[in-house]
Amino acid sequence: MSRYVSFRDFDWLLLIFVLMICGLGVMEIRSATVHTKFAGSHIRQIYWVVGGVGMMFLVSLVNYQALLDRIHWFYIAGVASLMAVLLFGQRFLGAKRWIKMPGGNHFQPSEWVKLILILAMAKFFADLRHRELSWPDFMKAGAIVVIPMLLVLKQPDLGTALTYIPIAVMGVFLGGMQWKQGLLVAVLAGIAVVAVFFIPQVHVLKGYQKQRLTSFQHPEDDPQGTGYQVEQSKIAVGSGGLWGGKGSQTHGAFLPVPQTDFIFAAFSEEHGFVGALGVLLLYFIVLMRLTQNAQTAPDRAGTFVVMGVVAVLSFHILVNVGMVVGFMPVTGIPLPLMSYGGSSVLFMFLALGMVMNVRMRRFVN
Amino acid sequence: MFSRDDKVSAIRLTAAQYMILAIFLMLAYGLWKLQVMESGYYASAAEKNRIRNVPILAPRGKILDREGRVIVDNYPSFSALLLRDSSRDLNADADLIAQGLHLDPTEVRTRIRRFASMPQYQPIFLKEDITPDELAFIDAHRNELPELDTIVAHRRLYPRNGFMAHLIGYVGEVTEDMLNQPQFELYNPGDVVGVSGVERQYNNALMGKNGARRALVNSHGREVGLLGETDAIPGKQLKLTLDIDLQIAAEEALEGKNGAIVAMDPRTGEILAMVSRPTFDPQSFSVRVSRDQWSKLVNDEDHPLMNKAIQAQLAPGSTFKIIMATAGLQEGIAQDLHVNCTGGGTFYGRYFKCWIAARHQTHGPVDIVKGIYQSCDVFFYTLGEKLGIDRIAKYAMALGMGQKTGIDLPQEASGVMPSEEWKIKNFKQKWFAGETISVSIGQGAVAATPIQMARAFAAIASGGRMVRPHVTNPTDLPPGIVPAQNVPDEVTIPIDPKNWEIITDAMAQVVSPVGTAGASAIKDVDMAGKTGSAQTVSNALKAKMSASDKAKYKDNGWFVGVEPRRNPEIVVCALFEEGEHGSLAAHVVSDVIKAYVEKQRRLPTKMAKSAGNAEIGAVWTEPGPDGGEQTLQGGHFFVDVAKRPLTASTQYLVPSTGKMQ
Repeated sequence: MSRYVSFRDFDWLLLIFVLMICGLGVMEIRSATVHTKFAGSHIRQIYWVVGGVGMMFLVSLVNYQALLDRIHWFYIAGVASLMAVLLFGQRFLGAKRWIKMPGGNHFQPSEWVKLILILAMAKFFADLRHRELSWPDFMKAGAIVVIPMLLVLKQPDLGTALTYIPIAVMGVFLGGMQWKQGLLVAVLAGIAVVAVFFIPQVHVLKGYQKQRLTSFQHPEDDPQGTGYQVEQSKIAVGSGGLWGGKGSQTHGAFLPVPQTDFIFAAFSEEHGFVGALGVLLLYFIVLMRLTQNAQTAPDRAGTFVVMGVVAVLSFHILVNVGMVVGFMPVTGIPLPLMSYGGSSVLFMFLALGMVMNVRMRRFVN
Repeated sequence: MFSRDDKVSAIRLTAAQYMILAIFLMLAYGLWKLQVMESGYYASAAEKNRIRNVPILAPRGKILDREGRVIVDNYPSFSALLLRDSSRDLNADADLIAQGLHLDPTEVRTRIRRFASMPQYQPIFLKEDITPDELAFIDAHRNELPELDTIVAHRRLYPRNGFMAHLIGYVGEVTEDMLNQPQFELYNPGDVVGVSGVERQYNNALMGKNGARRALVNSHGREVGLLGETDAIPGKQLKLTLDIDLQIAAEEALEGKNGAIVAMDPRTGEILAMVSRPTFDPQSFSVRVSRDQWSKLVNDEDHPLMNKAIQAQLAPGSTFKIIMATAGLQEGIAQDLHVNCTGGGTFYGRYFKCWIAARHQTHGPVDIVKGIYQSCDVFFYTLGEKLGIDRIAKYAMALGMGQKTGIDLPQEASGVMPSEEWKIKNFKQKWFAGETISVSIGQGAVAATPIQMARAFAAIASGGRMVRPHVTNPTDLPPGIVPAQNVPDEVTIPIDPKNWEIITDAMAQVVSPVGTAGASAIKDVDMAGKTGSAQTVSNALKAKMSASDKAKYKDNGWFVGVEPRRNPEIVVCALFEEGEHGSLAAHVVSDVIKAYVEKQRRLPTKMAKSAGNAEIGAVWTEPGPDGGEQTLQGGHFFVDVAKRPLTASTQYLVPSTGKMQ
């Protein structure tokens, strides 16, 4: 494998669109927090983006093949860190999600496990060369994702656990899933939903999680709880109208956490349908550009890596924007690149770094 | 088969792209639906979110006495609130808060915990009606404890120690039951309305109309701007016919006793004083009455919440003999009736004692005059026998027995005046002639309220002119307020002037040395009246009782007095429960009449005589738009005495502290 890797092959166009999204995010974070105790968040967000871009360049230099060869170690380390969280983690707001690092920083392993899973799926399916996915391989792929997922659910962090699912689904789908397997997944998913919500003996979800997942359908039943958040979000988006407005929902603090999970609602209120559609279009361009990179990847593994990133990004957008417009339950999943938060920003740029990594090696074979 | 070029299925990659496109179209549809199709609905929802109509509470109208002295006022009362939107750690601050507000820290924490699941914008009520030093604490800690706030409400300031409590009544939050009734349909939940007494009767006048402030608020309910205001319309002040000077005399006369006093001007029907004992403290209701306190008041045998002046229906005893005398004289029977009292007599086969028999004496020969001043039972038994129940009932009913007087106070009782018709209607039984004998001395089935007795005496002493008692004069009422009434303001019962003179002269002799209440005579005052002592259980039952039970069921003492004897200016009825004899009730009445006469003769009243400030409890000032020179500073009332020198009828008092400022 030759080493003619240059930044000429770096996807500058993709980076420009990504940074445009980040810029809109920073702008909206500023607007949403300017008169609150979170004022100044947008400056920190800029630091995170700058740091993220740096990380992206670094990651793009490490050959992803080398990462894939050692992926089983990463996987083991990832699962171990999730267990460590459960054993030694810091409890915050009722959930153990963080490990306190010696430097005083908090480390949330579940985010990095997402990256590991993308690579693990890529490695697993790249090594399978069959047109059709065999049943044992189908089961193995499922197990790779389900083990860390259960550990994260135990924290409990439903939102992050759910983001592991699209990685598996995308992998299985591109890896040659048979229609029977697809049917089985659909049936299992159906049974799981029914069991979790309608059979009281099944204690997978806590009461508040169930409530959160169902209240979005009837926000008026619970105007002060999660339903309240959905209702306020819908009011924010709806009152934005075609061209946007003053943003009384955002600035009057009716909208919960307008700088993180509900940033899209805040943006939609202030910039209207036109602005919101513009942001969706930017995301769509980014996703299409990513799939294009997947198609031109040097090998199967590269395609899987890029499509893993596409799966996670699409899922985040679906669940977050879906929540904001009242289609989806409140799960605490941020909008990648726009929502305020270091972990989310760094994860996205690391993932993009992997994509760049793949792209820069497209002529390498 | 294992080739490095083995690419991922292009079809599936394209399928993934279409999947993403589908997701985005769905999200775009969601945005379009909210922002374009339903944008109007959500815009108004956003508007409703941030604009709040904050009510501006209208103060209730003051209640004044006939001279314009304030009986009931309002005071601004502050409640301490805990706002939960600030970033403060409430549990950490709980100790300091509890200390400043004189609360138990664990109690504060418990409240915080209990409200944890409630929406954040709802503040926690920590303490109602806080004291000035607690208010000062909150003001002084605006920076350290930004989560502490206060709201102000006007509360009723009633006279202390239950002074005039039954007449005034009290206020309370409108109940759900009331809201369902048509006459309260304009009230809103949370409105404070009169629950009893004048507060209830004239609620429409006293209750103001709340204003509203259209305020911009954030999600925590904190005001961030003001859009507009409509002022509150304060309740109208209400002038009563009551005279505080007389009321003081009446309250003091009945102090330590159970019963009631009502004083009325027989010329107009104006109520001058009204007392009921035991009393209650309406002030304790103006904040919030506890369940214990309430059940204690309701279950008390002495009925502290009952206004006995208009609600106690009791046997009037010998005071009824004046009504008997009127009937007897008008029917032409009593004038020539001469009876020899031997301590009792047999009527319809049964022996009835005269009260004098208990003293082992007799009245001897008795005519109508002696019958009245010596209250001879035998005379009236005989008169009753001759009249028969229906003729007695005819006069008694004409004088208002067994019917409401029509006083403008809620829940007046009607009393009972038996007749043959009444017996058949209520008991499906014929009237037994023997029952008439008991009725003749105001016992048996007859029952009357103090106000009824006062009114009947007033009518007889005024030559038959009977007025409807009232606590407000229609001319003093705010426009649009009409007292509901079913009783005509004035009726004249024909009483022959000769008969009138006989009765009133005999009543005057009651308070002469030969009368039953000789000790209650007042020098240079032409007082007349009639004693009564009414059994609370029958003689037959009492004979079987033990000594302790006998002590328990003591006779009720009554006295109704007028001054002067003919065409009186004042009539006073006193009911002294378990007072045993009417002569004790007569002392009560003569105290009130004395106070009245002294005031008429411009002698200094008790209030004017007091060296410092006569302390009754309410803030007494002359009426003014805002209580005259009265200002509120730091939770205290300040009255500028220099601007308004004290006069005989105007005193300035300070609420709860009881001190002059």
